Amino acid sequence: MIEVEHLTKTFRVAKRGAGFKSAFKALWNKQYEEIKALNDITFTIGDGEMVGYIGPNGAGKSSTIKVLSGILTPDQGMCRVNGRIPWKERKEHVRHIGVVFGQRSQLWWDVPVIDSFYLLKDIYDVPKEQFQRTCEELTELLSLGEILKTPARQLSLGQRMRCEIAASLLHQPEILFLDEPTIGLDAVSKLAVRGFIRKLNEEHQTTVILTTHDMQDIEALASRIILIGKGRVLMDGTLSDMRGCVENPEASLDEIVASLYRSYEI
Amino acid sequence: MKKYLAFFRMRFINGLQYRTAAWAGVATQFAWGFMEILMFDAFYRADPASFPMDQQALSSYVWLQQAFLALFASWQWEGELFDSITSGNVAYELCRPISIYNMWFARSMAHRLSRAVLRCFPILIVAAFLPSPYGVGLPKDAVAALCFAVAMVLGLLLVCAFGMLVYMSAFYTISPAGIRMVASNLSEFLCGSIIPLPFLPDAAQTVLSLLPFASMNNAPLRIYGGDIVGSDAFRTIGLQLIWIVIFVAVGKWMEQNIKKKIVVQGG
Repeated sequence: MIEVEHLTKTFRVAKRGAGFKSAFKALWNKQYEEIKALNDITFTIGDGEMVGYIGPNGAGKSSTIKVLSGILTPDQGMCRVNGRIPWKERKEHVRHIGVVFGQRSQLWWDVPVIDSFYLLKDIYDVPKEQFQRTCEELTELLSLGEILKTPARQLSLGQRMRCEIAASLLHQPEILFLDEPTIGLDAVSKLAVRGFIRKLNEEHQTTVILTTHDMQDIEALASRIILIGKGRVLMDGTLSDMRGCVENPEASLDEIVASLYRSYEI
Repeated sequence: MKKYLAFFRMRFINGLQYRTAAWAGVATQFAWGFMEILMFDAFYRADPASFPMDQQALSSYVWLQQAFLALFASWQWEGELFDSITSGNVAYELCRPISIYNMWFARSMAHRLSRAVLRCFPILIVAAFLPSPYGVGLPKDAVAALCFAVAMVLGLLLVCAFGMLVYMSAFYTISPAGIRMVASNLSEFLCGSIIPLPFLPDAAQTVLSLLPFASMNNAPLRIYGGDIVGSDAFRTIGLQLIWIVIFVAVGKWMEQNIKKKIVVQGG
């Protein structure tokens, strides 16, 4: 159960004009602009739900994920994940969640992937038998096999992303946050990742929160969609709710989303 | 405890990937060691009376320093840690059920130990067979040997605690290069890596011996050669302990402070 109430987070962003003169001026008088990354966000997600969290670039998707995973401390508002406040009870909280940041890597670059897995096993205190079982299951579902013996640097992006997802699930988290998990992947890898996430949700009732710009991800995975823009929740509903918002029923998903963004002026 | 051993194992495995680097390191340390021995020998021959250390103690100092360079080289950094902070990859480290200070402390200790284990033996073995006073001698007695062992462990802890302050400072700056360079050069000179501290003017020594840098490689290496003996050795060890407590406390405080104001950039 994830409860988010009135979450607000402001960043200070340094601003200056281009060129030598303004760079020089900024040495003495630095101008900052306050950006509200999250502006009064409220939603509740039940156990076992698969939620697509969408919005244009800079809408606050990643910031929300970072607050929910205990990395960022919000300025205001409350948030409980399975009864815990992420940034206050960080250590206990993160034992129960898994996070995949599609644009970052958690694998050690120069050693075989399996060594990174063993390190995670010890960091999360996973018992040996449980680790073996999970590892075998993940290997089969994500067809990792020989890949595990290869150093991370020599994997293709698709292979590495499958390993990243497996790495985030070794401690069998109840909640999985996926921040753009299919970014840059080819069609085969995308399908494999989507299929795996669906199966994970069916078999382990893992709650999945997914941010993405790929509307096919949303169509394939999310039973519920939360649309945010400029740090606010603009829509919370199903895919058909979203379709109902536009006039042309034949429009493709991307067109629907684009017209939604336009109508909310985000 | 198991978590920290896991880091050691990981770091060790990782270190084994870079075999050529290990051999190159050994070669460099030999060359450097011989050069220093020759230089100090010339100095000794010119005027033994103004030589502030026993020549044998100095040779032991030079060889042990070369053998355990990876342990005490305060100017050696884990680039990956800086990179992870500037690039934001640190997000992953922040969602582990373990304190980032402890995790990185264990990691840098493992980094140093694994490098040292790979490199120290060829140097120690060769230096042990060099004729006196050019090789590595034995400690005077069991007490000196014991003090050396303790001071060595404390020295390593202090170097890691010092490094942590620099890693943590990277959270506050856009680029860690400046702090890193100042920390490298200052500590390298003040801890006696370039020339042993006894070769510096007396007035400077009184101050320098109290600084944390003197508690790094200066302490164990001079205790080994018998340059610091008896109650001085115990006092040196006490000072090491004090600096470790201070550095760890400051580092932990920085960690708490960082958690409150961290901004993970990009993505």
